[in-house]
Amino acid sequence: MDVLTLSRLQFAITSMFHFIFVPLTLGLSVLVAMMETRYVMSGNEMYKRMAKFWGKLFLINFALGVVTGITLEFQFGMNWAEYSRYVGDIFGAPLAIEATVAFFMESVFIGVWAFGWNKVGKKFHAVSIWLVALATNLSGLWILLANGWMQHPVGYVLRNGRAEMVDFMAMITNPFGLLKFGHQIVSGYTVAGFFVMGVSAYHLLKARNREFFKASFSMAAAFALVAAIMVAVIGDFHAADVAKTQPAKFAAMEAVWDSCTNAPMHLIAFPDAKNECNLVSALPVPGLLSYLAFRDTNAQIRGITSFPKDERPPVLPVFLSFRLMVGLGTFFIVVAAAALFLVKNGLLERYPLFLRLLVVSIPLPYIANQLGWVVSEVGRQPWIVYGIMKTSDAVSKSLELSQVIGSLIGFTLLYGLLGFVDIYLLAKFARKGPEETNVGATGAFKN
Amino acid sequence: MDLHIVWFVLWGVLWAVYFMLDGFVLGAGMLHRVLGRNDSDRRVIINSFGPVWDGNEVWLITAGGATFAAFPTTYALMFSYLYTPLLLLLFGLIVRGVSFEFRSKEEGAAWRGCWDWAIVLSSFVPALLFGVAFGNIFSGLPMDQAGYHGSLLALLNPYGIVSGLLFVMLFLEHGALYVAGKSTGELSRRAEQLARTLWIPLLVVAVAFLGYTNFATKLYDNYLKAPVFLVAPLLAVAALVAVRTLLGAGKVRGAFVASCVTILGVVATGVIGLFPNLIPSSLDAMYSLTIYNSSSSDYTLKIMTTVAFIFVPIVILYKVWVYRIFRGTLTAEAVAADHEAY
Repeated sequence: MDVLTLSRLQFAITSMFHFIFVPLTLGLSVLVAMMETRYVMSGNEMYKRMAKFWGKLFLINFALGVVTGITLEFQFGMNWAEYSRYVGDIFGAPLAIEATVAFFMESVFIGVWAFGWNKVGKKFHAVSIWLVALATNLSGLWILLANGWMQHPVGYVLRNGRAEMVDFMAMITNPFGLLKFGHQIVSGYTVAGFFVMGVSAYHLLKARNREFFKASFSMAAAFALVAAIMVAVIGDFHAADVAKTQPAKFAAMEAVWDSCTNAPMHLIAFPDAKNECNLVSALPVPGLLSYLAFRDTNAQIRGITSFPKDERPPVLPVFLSFRLMVGLGTFFIVVAAAALFLVKNGLLERYPLFLRLLVVSIPLPYIANQLGWVVSEVGRQPWIVYGIMKTSDAVSKSLELSQVIGSLIGFTLLYGLLGFVDIYLLAKFARKGPEETNVGATGAFKN
Repeated sequence: MDLHIVWFVLWGVLWAVYFMLDGFVLGAGMLHRVLGRNDSDRRVIINSFGPVWDGNEVWLITAGGATFAAFPTTYALMFSYLYTPLLLLLFGLIVRGVSFEFRSKEEGAAWRGCWDWAIVLSSFVPALLFGVAFGNIFSGLPMDQAGYHGSLLALLNPYGIVSGLLFVMLFLEHGALYVAGKSTGELSRRAEQLARTLWIPLLVVAVAFLGYTNFATKLYDNYLKAPVFLVAPLLAVAALVAVRTLLGAGKVRGAFVASCVTILGVVATGVIGLFPNLIPSSLDAMYSLTIYNSSSSDYTLKIMTTVAFIFVPIVILYKVWVYRIFRGTLTAEAVAADHEAY
């Protein structure tokens, strides 16, 4: 193990851990804002209790998302100093803009929302959660524009021994970043939709607060269905863009070893990286892959073997992650559609097995989100900035092995502990009904 | 206008405002167990900054982001050279943030005690390390063309420690004044008394720091060249004296404002002394990171200036407004009645 490998491992651990909390924040902020808006519009107190109940879970989740985000900003400099120096002129801008434009708004108005129930008017209180939702999503936009630039660098020249920005507009309209943003945002909404449906299903199985949780479920089901469909639609455009801009990643996603025209999509396949071919490939749909990539069944798809060996991403993890993600995405659409149909027709509680399925499905959209990032980041290797800079050239030169071992152990232990506590608290407050979540406030005991 | 200088000023302002705002959260956090004698006191303390701490911390994120965008080479080298202290600082900030959120989510005394001590420790470590880090930046890091020649232990040199102590004392005073102004009754009186007691050691450390700076750093060279800037250290000293005077007159809120000015003045004193360096090299000035040799291109600076000049004023406006929403004191009864409180 060297500094490079450990730094990569640390970046993977810290960013994946951060990303346990981000998708729910993206989606639940919007859902809670919708709930509170219904309260303000209708005056129905149930929607206020709804905003408070789901809002409490939102805040527990939010806390870890925020603090683990600081790690990512620090880490570019700490472990990836050569990268930061080489591309900071263009890559630093979206990060700084994110902090100024989005992060301030998010963290200031989350304070207003969490502590302001009796301090500001109810309309303004609802506006504050909308501002949080807007800021959270804006935050995602800037981060994904930054990541989009690493995937498909635009608007720069190599000058003075580094990448310098020459076209800001090109960076912020980079289709790669925008498509990724779209795909990610609705993936977050899917997480939130399934989270709310799953927790509601848990209570409906116990027949507690039935009206409350049926109303929550109903909102979440519609939200999740629209989101899951959007994930697939935007994902399709995103993949087509990847085929154009990152052919090596696309080849790995689909395990295409040899270049071919009129490429079929094999519904069942399994790659054999050693022999550079597929162990299994069955059920071909003729021309489908060419069509998905270039909207033309005769288009040529570049195979992995057409890339120099040192410019190929690892095929197996990218392929498997992509397949599994797509499979899960399809499952989400079907389940969300069924959920919406059942709840709208008052049939939901007749199918306890379906409710159970929703409870155990809570983690699945999280997993799909992580898999998507594996496709995106592992699939970009060996590049840190596609075609410009390799990951192996990006690591800090001043680091000693012992420092990175220490930090890796520290992060693993700390994150493990905090993640455990956070999930424990989330589960605890999710299991309680809307009337019982006021534990922090009883103030009954004195030291 | 020289955008390098604009960004140097902005860089200093971001740090100064961060320390002014997070300083009282760090200070109140360190004093959390000392001032809070029972659970309801402690909840008053945490909830006194509950609505604002997160927004305050964003000034740090923005200072980091601004360093990255405007001075990428400084960002890259500062963060990788100071790897271990930054890591500990990061752990502190992570633990602190979640402790606020987690603490009151369970009833047990052991649970709450555990997070209480986590708050104390995770407030102390960043306060100290910010001071140590800035002390070392003021005196310069041992770096040349071959890279960095320092270590974690080397950072804990006497000047680094004095500067770490200064930050800790400034924040303790700041935090005590904040709690005194935001709470009522016994808790408020205790905090006010502590602020008076802490003022003497703060003064001692501040004088030691100012004196030591003359020997350990080249910060004062700029003041000899342009004495007009002496207004910054003079302001810091005057504000520090005003803290005690106002406390003596029973004007706690005035003293808190004076403490804000003290922190702004101290940071300004250091930053003005650094100019045009961001991180001087203690080996040879040739290898210092300056606002010219470590900056972004003019194009990037122009874009970033536009963004900053539009959005920073907006941020300040809504922040001030939110502080106004949550102005006034907090009582134990109010916290106990608020089901949404920490």
